[in-house]
Amino acid sequence: MIPDQVLVARLRAGDEAAFTWLLDRYHGPLMRLARTFVASAAVAEEVVQETWLGLLKGLDGFEQRATLKTWLFRVLVNRAKTRGVREARSVPWSALGPEDEGEPAVDPTRFNARGRWTSPPQPWEDDTPEALLLRRETRAQLEAAIEALPPRQRTVLVLRDIEGVAPDEVCGMLGLSDANQRVLLHRARAALQRALERHRAEEDERC
Amino acid sequence: MLSCQELTELVTAYLEGRLGLLDRLRFRMHIGMCQHCRTYLREQKLVIAAVGHLPAEPIPDGVRDELLDRFRDWKGEDPKP
Ligand SMILES: [Zn+2]
Repeated sequence: MIPDQVLVARLRAGDEAAFTWLLDRYHGPLMRLARTFVASAAVAEEVVQETWLGLLKGLDGFEQRATLKTWLFRVLVNRAKTRGVREARSVPWSALGPEDEGEPAVDPTRFNARGRWTSPPQPWEDDTPEALLLRRETRAQLEAAIEALPPRQRTVLVLRDIEGVAPDEVCGMLGLSDANQRVLLHRARAALQRALERHRAEEDERC
Repeated sequence: MLSCQELTELVTAYLEGRLGLLDRLRFRMHIGMCQHCRTYLREQKLVIAAVGHLPAEPIPDGVRDELLDRFRDWKGEDPKP
């Protein structure tokens, strides 16, 4: 990991190795984030290109109040929101939609009238993330479940749990209240857990 | 006492450190006594960690080359001292 200060100085001096390092590290994450805003891969690619060009334009004025990574993500979110509007696929960030509020974390039929488990979660055999992801099918299920999330939930999940962006940064980038950010994250995480639970149950049946 | 169903809706607030003192206490007490909710919480943490381990797609060579060209142009336009 190269410190931002060093990286920015090297980029300003035109160091190609530094720019290559940055491209290799962040192009994939930027693409993944862009895809949560725009439907087509081609448009996402354009938005990411614009983000890189935006980086070059803004580099001399970059003041390092945020990290380079946060700054890149912020530029991308701003561009992607504009493109989302043009694609007529934009979702309002100020209020939650019905898809974000309606569903409980766990199917209510799995509890009795007093809210105690009647169909409790079964312990998973693979109990480290590495072991879990080693199974190709589990990984595919997880990727598919992320893709199936409602757009706002998907954006928040990608920023928080994949990219490790801090909650206040995410709220700032997306124009979300702290409480709504948490609702979206909660719904997204619960949906992924449901998907994996379903997947594990199917696997157990097959054995 | 917190029910299991209520607990599953408080998991994120708990993990985010956003429960008040009393709710946090009730959450911990329930987890201490209820094996099923312990399993639920463990699996939720596992899901979060697994998501964090998903690798991004590598940048295609063509895209990298093109962006490097733009970087060279940018450097050329604006020579640094
Ligand atoms: Zn319980």
